[in-house]
This record gives sequence, C-alpha cells and structure tokens, in this order.
Amino acid sequence: MKIIIPVKRVLDPYTQARVNNQTQQVDLTNAKMAMNPFCEIAVEEALTLKESGSASETIAVSIGTDKTVDTLRTALAMGVDRAIFVKTDSELDLQPLHVAKILANIIKREEAQLVIMGKQAVDNDNNQTGQMLSGLIDYSLGTFISKFDLSADASSVEVCREIDSGIETRKLNLPAIVTVDLRLNEPRYASLPNIMKARSKPLETIELSSLEIDTAPRIKVVSVEESGTKDRASKQISSAEELFNELNQMGVL
Amino acid sequence: MERESIEYDVVIVGGGPSGLASACKLKQLNPNLSVCLLEKGSEIGSHILSGAVFEPKTLFDLFPDDAKDCPTLKTPVAKDDLFWLTGENKSIKVPSWLMPKSLHNKGNYIISLGELCQWISEKAMELGVDIFPGFPAQSYLKDESGRVIGISTGDMGIDKEGNQKGTYTPGMDILAKQTIFAEGARGHLGKQLIREFNLDEGKTPQHFAIGFKEVWEVDNDNHSPGDVVHTMGWPLNKGTTGGGFLYHFDNKRVAVGLIVDLNYTNPSHSPFQEFQQFKKHPKIKQFLDSGKRVSYGARAITKGGINSLVKMDFNGGMIIGCDAGTLNPSKIKGSHCALQSGILAAEYIHKILNEEICDFDDLFKGSSLYQELYKSRNFSAAMHKFGFYVGAAYNFIESNIFRNALPFTIKDEQRDCDSLNLNNPLYAKEYPAPDNVLSFDITSSLFLSGTNHEEDQPVHLKLTDPSIPLTRNKELFDEPAQRYCPAGVYEIIDKEGEDYFQINAQNCLHCKTCDIKDPSQNINWTPPEGGGGPNYIGM
Ligand SMILES: Cc1cc2nc3c(=O)[nH]c(=O)nc-3n(C[C@H](O)[C@H](O)[C@H](O)COP(=O)(O)OP(=O)(O)OC[C@H]3O[C@@H](n4cnc5c(N)ncnc54)[C@H](O)[C@@H]3O)c2cc1C
Ligand code: SF4
Repeated sequence: MKIIIPVKRVLDPYTQARVNNQTQQVDLTNAKMAMNPFCEIAVEEALTLKESGSASETIAVSIGTDKTVDTLRTALAMGVDRAIFVKTDSELDLQPLHVAKILANIIKREEAQLVIMGKQAVDNDNNQTGQMLSGLIDYSLGTFISKFDLSADASSVEVCREIDSGIETRKLNLPAIVTVDLRLNEPRYASLPNIMKARSKPLETIELSSLEIDTAPRIKVVSVEESGTKDRASKQISSAEELFNELNQMGVL
Repeated sequence: MERESIEYDVVIVGGGPSGLASACKLKQLNPNLSVCLLEKGSEIGSHILSGAVFEPKTLFDLFPDDAKDCPTLKTPVAKDDLFWLTGENKSIKVPSWLMPKSLHNKGNYIISLGELCQWISEKAMELGVDIFPGFPAQSYLKDESGRVIGISTGDMGIDKEGNQKGTYTPGMDILAKQTIFAEGARGHLGKQLIREFNLDEGKTPQHFAIGFKEVWEVDNDNHSPGDVVHTMGWPLNKGTTGGGFLYHFDNKRVAVGLIVDLNYTNPSHSPFQEFQQFKKHPKIKQFLDSGKRVSYGARAITKGGINSLVKMDFNGGMIIGCDAGTLNPSKIKGSHCALQSGILAAEYIHKILNEEICDFDDLFKGSSLYQELYKSRNFSAAMHKFGFYVGAAYNFIESNIFRNALPFTIKDEQRDCDSLNLNNPLYAKEYPAPDNVLSFDITSSLFLSGTNHEEDQPVHLKLTDPSIPLTRNKELFDEPAQRYCPAGVYEIIDKEGEDYFQINAQNCLHCKTCDIKDPSQNINWTPPEGGGGPNYIGM
C-alpha cells in the first residue's frame, strides 16, 4: 500500500506574521519557514505504518516555488521514501481547491490507497483541502483524527475523530483520506545523519503548468490586517480553579 | 539507538561571517575538500545580530566577481554624525574634524549582517559546503594525544529531568582533520579550548560589551537611507562606558542600538533599561517618531582588541572571529575582521592539509587584519582604564594626532566579572516605567525576538553551585543577573514565603552576557536542543 503525504511549507508558527502594507499580504521576505505542524504529524503517522510493515512506500508531495524543496527534504530526513515537488513559478496564490486538484492528479498517477494529511495549514487555517480532495477523487474521508487503526487485511481503518461534542469513532473503507489532529502522535526529529542521507533520496519535480490545472483564484482577499500586539501580556495558568478566579477578577464571567 | 559518526576534511562550528568565510575560502582553494558547517540557529542568520556598518573590502576579496551583486550591499553610508549626549535633552555635535578617524565611514555600507550571512551561505552551498542549521556543536572530541579531532552534536528529545522522551534522537560525531571554531563572542567551546590549550597565555583578559538592537519601520520625513548617527554619553554615566547608534537603511528601516561595556561597576545598573531610555533622547526620538518596532535582540561583543586576542591555532584546529577576539574596538566593527580571520584560517589549513610547512603566526602578522588591530591596540584599554572622558580624549589624540603610532601599549588587566562594586542603596538606580511608544518592557520585546525553546528539556544555563545566586550574589550584589540579562531569564521570586531563584531558560537570547558578567563565574551557558533560541530576521 502506497501512502501519499501532502506537506506544506508555512511561516514558522513561532515567528510573528507581519503584513506588508504595499502588497497587502503577509510579508515572507527572509521570514523563517517550516513544515506545517499538522503535516509533521501526518508524516509521523505514515512512517509508523511503514515501520509496522503495513505500507509499502511513503511519498511526500509539496507544491510551491523552489524553496519548497527544503520542506520535502525535511520529510525525507524524517524518513519518507521519496518526494514529489510540484513546481510553481511565482508565489502563486494557490487556494484549497487548486491544491486539491493538483493532489488528485498526483494520487491518481501514483495509485495511492491512503492519503494522510494535516487537518489544516497554520498559515491560512482553511481546513478545506482534505474535504475537497475526497470529493474530487471519491475516497472515504476521516477528518480531525486523533487515533488511527488499520485493519489486519489493510482494507479499512478505524479512526477517532475529535469533534465539538467529543470523540467520534468511525470505520473507513480504503481507499481513504484522513486529515490529522494534534493529539495523534508526537512527530520525530529529523536527525543529522538522516538529513545527510536524505540528500540522496529521490525527489521528482513536476512543473505545475504541465498538469493543466486551472489556477484562477476563486476567493478574493478583501484585506489583511496584523493582529494587535498591545495586549499580548499573557500568563500561564496551572489549574482550572486559577483560571476561574482570573476570569472572575476580569469581570467576564 | 547508536550514535553515528561521519568524517569530513574540515568541520566548522558557527555560521557567522568568520565561519562562512573560511568555508568558502577552503572550497575556493581546493574544491575537493569536504567541508561541513554547523549552525545552532534554526537557519543561517537567525542568531546573528549586528549594527551594522560594514566595511566591504574583504567581501570583494572573497568574491571578486559576485560581491557587486550582493543584494545586501544596497545602502552606502551617506552621512556620518557623532553626538555627545550631555543630558536627557541636551547634546553637542562633534565636528567631523574632531571625530576619531576610526569612526569615519566613507565607503562603508549599512547592512543587516544576518542577511549578508544568508547570502554568503548560498555562495558556500554553491561551492559545495554542507551546511546544517539547527545543530549546535555540544562538545569537541580529542584523540589520546590530545589533538582535537572533531565535534559532537547534542542529543535531542531529553526531558527536564534528563530522561529520554519518545522522540529521543542521539547526537552525532563529526570527525575532521581540522576543526574550526567560529562561534562568535564567548563561544562555549571556544571558552573551553582557550582554557585547555592556554590560548590566552600572556594576553590581557578579554573584554566584552552587551549590544542591544531594535529595528524600526518608520514612516516620516526624517528617514534618509545611508545616514549614520553615533552617540556617546547619556544615558550612560560615570562607571559605565559605551555608545549608541542609529542607522537608516533600506525599506524604511532604522536600526537603533546601545552598546554597554560589561565592566560597569554599579550592580543596580540595567543595560536593557538604559537602552530603553536612550531612545527617548531627542536626537534619536526624531527618527523613530510614528514608527513601529519590528524586532529586538541583544548579543555580547568581544572588544579587547589585539591585547586580548587569543592564539588562534592549536593542535587539530583553529579559533577565529569574535570567538578568538578579532573585532576592532576602535571602530566597534568586527564583521570585516571576522571575514578576514576566516580567510586566513582557510589559507593556513589548506597549506597544512597539503603538508606544506607554515606558521600561522607569520601568516597572521603579515596580514592587513594584524595591521588594523595593532593600530587600534590602545583604544579599548584606554576607555576601560581611564573612564570615558579621559579615555575618549586619549583615543582622539592617539588616533588623530599620533595616527596610532605611539610606542606603548595600555593594558587593562581586570576581568569584566570582577568590576562590580558592592551593592549600595545609595547608588540604586530607578528607571521610569515603559511608555509603550519608545520604551518597552522585556516581555513585549522578547516577543519580537522570536525566541523559542522546547520547554521540556534540561535547563541550558548551568549553575556550578546552585546556592550562589541566593547567597553570595544576592548579599553582595543583589544578584545582578536580574538586571544584566536582556531576556529576563533570571528572577528571584517568592515561593511560599521564601526566595527562589528562577531560570526562565526558554526566553534566552544566546547573548552570553551571564556567562561573562556573573561576579561569581558560576553560570555556564551551554547549547540548548538544536534550533532553539532567537529567530532574528534582518538583524
Ligand atoms: C549590537 C552590535 C552592533 C555591532 N555593530 C557592528 C558594526 O556596525 N559593524 C561591524 O563590522 N561589526 C559590528 N558588530 C560586531 C559583529 O557583529 C561581529 O564582530 C561579528 O558578527 C563576528 O562574527 P563571527 O563570525 O565571529 O561571530 P558571529 O557573527 O557571532 O557568528 C557566530 C555564529 O556561530 C553560531 N554558534 C555559536 N556557537 C555555536 C555552536 N556551539 N554550534 C553551532 N553554532 C554555533 C552562532 O549561532 C552564530 O550564528 C556589532 C555587534 C553587535 C552585537
Ligand atoms: S540567559 Fe544569559 S545568554 Fe541567555 S539572554 Fe540572558 S544573559 Fe543572555
């Protein structure tokens, strides 16, 4: 069974997002970028499946400009077998539907049975791509999963979903797409020896233009604003009781 | 899990100007050498903080064809002013002819050193250097003969108590024929090497300063790319030397900073607060008005000059750049010196790897770096020894009248950690509360440094004797770490009615001031888990 793991390069969640007033976009010049944390969790889950013998191959896919290769190299260093890089010429504003269509194309080509991906990317927080992808290629879908159990014959998977009312358990028949939540696992580090080895792992580049996908924007951005920094003084609270007292004092209860 | 090991011809610790220059030069001299460079920051440049007015000549020596296309060299210095701030609102402009020669900046550029390092690292990768950011060298390795044979990176995935977590990943040994240490000011391996190989024998103790810097985005008519302002005097007063800077550079950015010598004497002095006050002086404020602060950081500066410069070669390797002390204190410029020392180290190592006979001392003494440092040999010592006014006057006379040719050398033998007077309520300093327009508190400042460390890991600031902060340091100096740390890492808090010394290690900016200034020399800075620390952008 082949597993595809789409991974996204995003602004490092620990750095501050700044808006460039001229372009009305988040300023990414010289900004520190990283793999979307949910994608790291997806990679970890795929690697665990491969290590347990349930998967034959793990393939990371990412879409973007040349720098995106760094993120794929990280996935390779974590242990993914090979990578597919869908190259765009500029910082194209790719929206969830475009991404889903590109991934659909790759998944069909690779005949992958399982897609493990993040529930959302921490930059735009869209939380749409997995859902759209499942609609496009008619795979079963499990979103926000925090537990993943593959059946012995690898024909189905039991997942726990983190939903507003609690945890929901579901069985999905393969082929399937799962979008992962924070509690599923703790991703491993890319160790130095593995980073060195990752340099010789296969990485295939596909030009986005060769896929003939319509990338005309479907969503219009009205404005982009920076979140305020003034009231940022935060405080760590160690118990529910303390939180209750704090909120009481603030007069918000 | 086993530790793995790998061999290179040369391994370089630190991706600042010195380490990157030596990596590039080695590959230029011999493309077949295998060269690897480790950087503790999560990216090249993310731990670099500098002014910076940059002397570009060495960059052109290193990349004769490409340097002209370096996108960082965009803003040539246009105007050069020096003010003596005589009080909160008062200042005297020092006429150009009276300015120490070393402070003239014609031909220099205003840059972000972090951005320059990123550019050099791209060149290094094109030349075939293997660069690994996010991996600090934790210790150096030696063979039985005592020769340095490489370094080890730290383990990852260890919890607060020192136990292995699920994500435990052992570090790696990188063995090399030659190891170059280029960790910048107060390198933690450099410090051990200097001690172990007696590299500072016959030298005066190294002197340091702490340099603060903020970048502001301004939108006012006073912004004028290329303008350089240096200040002396206020808010620093008796017992404290240093100076301020304000540089206008590209994209409406202004770099503003204050350098405070770490031999200050008053234990209640807070360099951070002095910097926050400094920005309120009309000479500075006018350029920040209606601007927005976008980054903050601090870093130690090695400024003892040639009197304190350690011997740079030892059995199995070299120590270069500010790790060794190559900065020119009369200019407070170290980037071009760091580049030069990296090039010299590469030339030397290239020769000895080819088994040519070569003496590093001869190579160094014949270099322009040596000439430059020798000329400014009395600068820092005079300031330290005679205090600001007499020191400044001395420096002016020596550099402008005698052109640095006086036949004697002034030395300052006192270590910076020994300069504090005993705590005395009479000299206690009070600082005004932040106005959140020009001056800010540490929390909101730290937020702009992007500093971040995995929380569940051993504290990387190690105390040799954990009782000292609350005993000797508190009694004699009211534990000055509470004030000299630019990140508020050290706090004495009340825990169930008793004093408790808290170390907020996750805030650390890797400036190394605590390792330098602790009056009991009880704090040891060690590298945290890889990738931790500030995430400076454009600093
Ligand atoms: C506020 C301030 C203003 C300054 N202004 C100027 C100026 O205007 N002009 C000028 O020319 N100079 C200026 N300097 C000095 C200049 O920045 C330094 O001289 C120069 O950066 C030294 O270069 P370096 O390569 O020796 O060390 P650094 O630039 O400090 O680089 C060392 C690198 O090594 C890494 N490192 C350290 N230890 C390890 C380890 N164990 N493992 C892996 N990596 C490690 C660090 O993260 C860092 O990236 C200024 C400095 C400061 C602080
Ligand atoms: S703990 Fe030490 S190294 Fe870290 S920011 Fe404070 S003084 Fe600097």
